[in-house]
Amino acid sequence: MSVAIDQVAAPPAPAPRRFQMKPSRIGLYAFLIISALFFLIPLLIVFNTSLKPMDEIRTGDIFDLPIDPSFAAWAEAWTSACTGRNCEGIRVGFWNSVKILVPSVIFSILISAINGYALAQWRFKGSELILGALMLGAFIPYQVILYPMVRILSTVGLYGSLPGIIVVHIIFGLPVLTLIFRNFYSGIPIELIKAARIDGAGFFRIFFSIMLPMSTNILIVAVILQVTGIWNDYLLGLIFAGRENLPMTVQLNNIVGSVTGERTFNVDMAATMLTALPPLIVYFLSGRYFVRGITAGAVKG
Amino acid sequence: MIHALKRNLTSKAVLTPTIVAMTVCFYGCMAWTIYVSFTRSGMLPNYDLVGLAQYDRLWSAERWHVSFSNMFIFGVLFITGALALGTFLAVLIDTKVRMEGAFRTIFLYPLSMSFIVTGLAWRWFLEPTEGLQSFVRSLGWESFEFRWLVDPDMAIYTIVIAAIWQGSGLIMAIMLAGLRSIDRDVWKATKMDGIPTWRAYVSVILPQLRPLVITCVVLLAITVVKSFDLVVALTNGGPGFSSDLPAKFVVDAAFERANIGQASAAAVMMLMAVIAALAPYFYLVRKRS
Repeated sequence: MSVAIDQVAAPPAPAPRRFQMKPSRIGLYAFLIISALFFLIPLLIVFNTSLKPMDEIRTGDIFDLPIDPSFAAWAEAWTSACTGRNCEGIRVGFWNSVKILVPSVIFSILISAINGYALAQWRFKGSELILGALMLGAFIPYQVILYPMVRILSTVGLYGSLPGIIVVHIIFGLPVLTLIFRNFYSGIPIELIKAARIDGAGFFRIFFSIMLPMSTNILIVAVILQVTGIWNDYLLGLIFAGRENLPMTVQLNNIVGSVTGERTFNVDMAATMLTALPPLIVYFLSGRYFVRGITAGAVKG
Repeated sequence: MIHALKRNLTSKAVLTPTIVAMTVCFYGCMAWTIYVSFTRSGMLPNYDLVGLAQYDRLWSAERWHVSFSNMFIFGVLFITGALALGTFLAVLIDTKVRMEGAFRTIFLYPLSMSFIVTGLAWRWFLEPTEGLQSFVRSLGWESFEFRWLVDPDMAIYTIVIAAIWQGSGLIMAIMLAGLRSIDRDVWKATKMDGIPTWRAYVSVILPQLRPLVITCVVLLAITVVKSFDLVVALTNGGPGFSSDLPAKFVVDAAFERANIGQASAAAVMMLMAVIAALAPYFYLVRKRS
């Protein structure tokens, strides 16, 4: 009934007015376009600079387009950019980041998914308390924890090593991820679990054959959150990874901050672009999931 | 009954490593830091309690005063700026603009990048000899000056600009989702009363989104307290320590100046700032229940 009324009352769709626009609409688009430029310009300038040779950068200015665009600086940044006297390129940091990222993402998500499932569907006395403790833990600034954590990791011999930084990422990922999964699994009707239990399925059987196949959406959100979060991490990598395993963000900042020799801005900018690209690709591929992932993780660290 | 006990056992067993990790690494470390902030600790931790001596020293250090007041300057300007720009962009996009997807993509993309990248991009853009200043001068305005990056009085504002650039997209996305969830009947009612659209937004629609605004403020405020990477990449706290922030103060004190007592006391101040930032959120939760 209400549908019918709506249809009757709805005015016919206005014909598109391509060539007449009210002044207020023009103002609106002007503001949107200026804002878009504000958001685009810094990265476009970095990209623009990375395509120029050094003498063009010295004589021209930042908005001049490259006369002969070339990815030479990108190649140099990748293979031979220098941190101090060490000139092996940012690829070292890239592969370090990959080595840190893959196990951290897999284990943090697997553990948190099982945690969330246990807290949502297999509650016990005290499980609400654990939930509360996790939630508050997510808000503690890293700075409060860093130094004692370094001492704990040194004691167990993991400080400054690849497994060390991976463990740190897993632990710091747990609170937020567990909450995300717990909220998701709370929405799944308990009857489903009960039926499976009657059929004799246990904790892990139900998780792997019923819960996990239903979790695609939330897994995508979790992966986006962790991949961008861990790739973009600077502080934890700086403190815990050790000299041999510094992630790309730390190496990038060291390359740009290096004062040895002449500053090569095009190489610096190419290195910056290379570091920015992986999460940017995730962003462009993930669309609407991205916002959910980022909002969920906004409290972290 | 036995079956029930068994079920709980699996659940408990599965959660045990997380509970241990949380207890030791979050709450244990936090307790350690709080305790150490009341001790004589210097280069190495020392467990002799000396009351508030570390805090006395902290609050008499000029660098800490600069850091702490920078947090407020940065906080007020960044939260207001990101909230205003993000909400305004959401409202504009909500009015059925063409190419909505493209605009949203552009406003949001900085969020996907590391603060290190954001900081370096803005540093390049604001560098007096290479960036904006040199560009405007090359256009013919020879006396144009824009030296915030190297000016101790202005450096903190470059961090505000870069942070607004990175953070407004998130506010836009949250507010846009809120605007889209407004009941169509509300819009119909304002149309029937002949209320102009902008007026409807200001007096009817946005007030309905107050809980979302509070969420945004809390998110932004926590970002402010925890901001570290952006400062490191953009100004490295300089010139001098004029653009220092507490998060950087703590890391420098612990790992560069090796002063554990001062680092702990400053970290506890950060913890208190986060609790203060969460206050509006608890107010919201209480009001709802």
